[in-house]
Amino acid sequence: MSALVLKQLEKSFGGLRVTAALDLTVEEGERRLIIGPNGAGKTTLFNLITGELRPDAGAIALFGRDITRMPCRRRPHLGLARTYQIITLFPGETLLHNVTLSLLGLSALRWNPFRRLARQQALIARARAALGRVGLDGLAERPLAQTSYGERRRVEIAMALAQEPRLLLLDEPFAGLSIDERKEVHRLLLSIPRDVTVVMIEHDMDVALELAERITLMHFGEVIVEGTRGEVVAHPRTREIYLGG
Amino acid sequence: MSQWLLLGVNSITLGGLLFLLSAGFSLIFGLMRIPNLTHGSFFMLGAYLGVTFLGLGFDFWLAALLAAAAMAVVGGGIERLLLRRLQGQELAQVLVTLGLSFMIADLCLMLWGGDPIPLDTPPGLGGAMPIASIVFPTYRLVIVAIAVVIAVLLWLMLDRTRLGAMIRAGVDDPAMARVTGIRVSRLFTIVFCLGAAIAGFAGVIGGPILSVYPGLDSDMLPLALIVVILGGTGSLLGALVGSFVIGILYNYGQVLFPELAYIILFLPMLLILLFRPQGLFGSRVP
Amino acid sequence: MIRRVLIAAACLALISVPLWVGNSYYVNIASQILIYAVFALGLNVLVGYAGLVSLGHAGLFGVGCYAAAWLLAGGSGHLTAALVALLIILATSAVFAVLSLRTSGIGFVMITLALGQILWGLAYRWIGLTGGDNGINVPSRPAPFGLSLASAVPFYYFTLIVFVLAVASMAVFVASPFGASLKGTRDQPRRMTALGYNVWLIRFLAFLFSGFWSGVAGLLFCYFNEFVSPNVLALGSSAEVLLMVISGGSGTLLGPIAGAALVVIMKNVASAYIERWNFVLGAIFVAIVIFMPEGLVPGSIRLWRWLWTGARRVPVRGDAQ
Repeated sequence: MSALVLKQLEKSFGGLRVTAALDLTVEEGERRLIIGPNGAGKTTLFNLITGELRPDAGAIALFGRDITRMPCRRRPHLGLARTYQIITLFPGETLLHNVTLSLLGLSALRWNPFRRLARQQALIARARAALGRVGLDGLAERPLAQTSYGERRRVEIAMALAQEPRLLLLDEPFAGLSIDERKEVHRLLLSIPRDVTVVMIEHDMDVALELAERITLMHFGEVIVEGTRGEVVAHPRTREIYLGG
Repeated sequence: MSQWLLLGVNSITLGGLLFLLSAGFSLIFGLMRIPNLTHGSFFMLGAYLGVTFLGLGFDFWLAALLAAAAMAVVGGGIERLLLRRLQGQELAQVLVTLGLSFMIADLCLMLWGGDPIPLDTPPGLGGAMPIASIVFPTYRLVIVAIAVVIAVLLWLMLDRTRLGAMIRAGVDDPAMARVTGIRVSRLFTIVFCLGAAIAGFAGVIGGPILSVYPGLDSDMLPLALIVVILGGTGSLLGALVGSFVIGILYNYGQVLFPELAYIILFLPMLLILLFRPQGLFGSRVP
Repeated sequence: MIRRVLIAAACLALISVPLWVGNSYYVNIASQILIYAVFALGLNVLVGYAGLVSLGHAGLFGVGCYAAAWLLAGGSGHLTAALVALLIILATSAVFAVLSLRTSGIGFVMITLALGQILWGLAYRWIGLTGGDNGINVPSRPAPFGLSLASAVPFYYFTLIVFVLAVASMAVFVASPFGASLKGTRDQPRRMTALGYNVWLIRFLAFLFSGFWSGVAGLLFCYFNEFVSPNVLALGSSAEVLLMVISGGSGTLLGPIAGAALVVIMKNVASAYIERWNFVLGAIFVAIVIFMPEGLVPGSIRLWRWLWTGARRVPVRGDAQ
């Protein structure tokens, strides 16, 4: 059973076809990298997978289960987690609270209007541990507004990892980071357990290529080239798209 | 003249006045993305100013035009001094228009007192006109005629002039409009002034029919809101169609179901908001 | 620590109000403040914690008011009237919620405005049911456990008890996981959905909670005023309570309470000196929205903190040598 299967996925906005008869299969435990020029439709693809966008046609299966019609809010409960290209965290809250919210989303506790959230030791401990994995547990009580961009990127990843996903979608996790911060995130991504399937969108070739086992190159909403690192790098169409050859 | 026919005439008269009120409201809503809760106050304040100008001896039509001009100044002042400070914060702008409506209402009460002031029909138009063997009150027909003329003028402005093209661009896609060099903030001021002016003008010419009284603003504003939601924000045709529909619903509703009259008015608006939020002719969802 | 002391002091002050406030006129004003504080706290659940601005909450306040008044005038007992009113309040809140939660932002403002206006129009026009402008006279105040609430002081304590219950329930709500979920939907609704939350249902339940307390406030007002007229449902009433929330500071518990106190005091006391209350109300509204949008309470706290740390940072002569 594959982790993720996309069949003939279609999405248009008005006259613009952003996803065109797209087929994609990702196996369990795989490390897949999705690359392509700006506007290739990569983030749209992620939005379709998480359900934030509805496809016009086609099917999506997650661990063998058809989730094409499943509302967005149910998918995380099946083990799907993602980070965002544009930081969409909760600005007025501490880092700890941000991660706690991502944990709470999967817990029945989120409907409870009587207990005190601050007293949920188990939940908060898990959130703290998640922050620890990205090296931010020292800043747990810091309000998000007082953190740096690189720290916020790491919070995004902490939130996704905290949910202990089976399929993790990372949307440009290295964007805008300094060299040290990149090394941090790189180390972090390498430490993700092998039973987690990781699909990553990235522009930064050097770092991303190291992490990827298979690469999918997209352009104009279609898969142009797909294969191992070596295959894709050597492929003539890759050169064409990136170097305009 | 039979009661139903009279109701019909009153309906299209009200429809005409509503169009004058709603056209500006619709353009403001379409362009600035806010329901201008001061719009009813513009109508009322214009009417009261008309009363004063008439009292000073001006001719009826001149008084109406002066009131319109005065309201343009008021509208412009509000937009430039208050709303512009909150650029981009639509919710805050709506709240400011709400607060202003309270201020204007009380101001009118202070300056003109609490008694309703009936306006006399302008001289020469007080009688009735026979058309196809039915006799219609002349002034009401005049109002409808004026509404149609202004509708045509507005349509010509929007469709044929550069200003109109810019307004339409702003209504369709403000971000794009800015990028193409259109001074959107100046458009806001112009449209706000224009809306206020037409509303004020409507207040005066509606005076002989509705009178001028405290609470006129809160009677008219919901009607404008309903018309624009029904017809679609930013759509002139929508405002026209919506006005006459509401005019008819209002008058016949009052007679047929007086107790549920308000629901009859608001129900179409609710239904549209729920099932076709862009309105009958609108292009965007509010 | 300071918080506990302040809360204790506030409780003490509230309990002893009839002692230090003077005559029954002022005790009644205190009751009014508490009633409107409950109303504002209810609205604040939506405005401050859900990020949804309602301009129709007077509809929920009024529906509680009218339901009880109508039943009492018809001869019902107080317990029945109150229970039925509470049911009607919840049902109306549910209807409001289902209709208005189809949108958010400006659309939500407009639908709630429309719904509030519909209820007002009903009260005003359906003369057979509501007496229209003449209103409904409420024959008596309730007498829980036989204690009469007819005079100002006992009624004040009754209101105080309800107020304390309201504040306590709000405090628990805000500190709860559900409260955190609600605040999350205010800040990043799309993200919350992607994290597994059912944003619509969260908002719906919050609306019920909000409507409930606003309706309870209406019920209290019905007993307080012993008369109900369509004014309680007018747009002005919705605007006033919104002003209370905004002026005090939405998103806090103290804000709506402070805002209610401010507006009620101004309305009652100022109107002795200023004839045109609505003008002042509108002007304050505009001023706060433009100059102190976060409200007086957060703004004052900010000011206080700035003054406090600013004072400590003033260099003492002889420091830098």
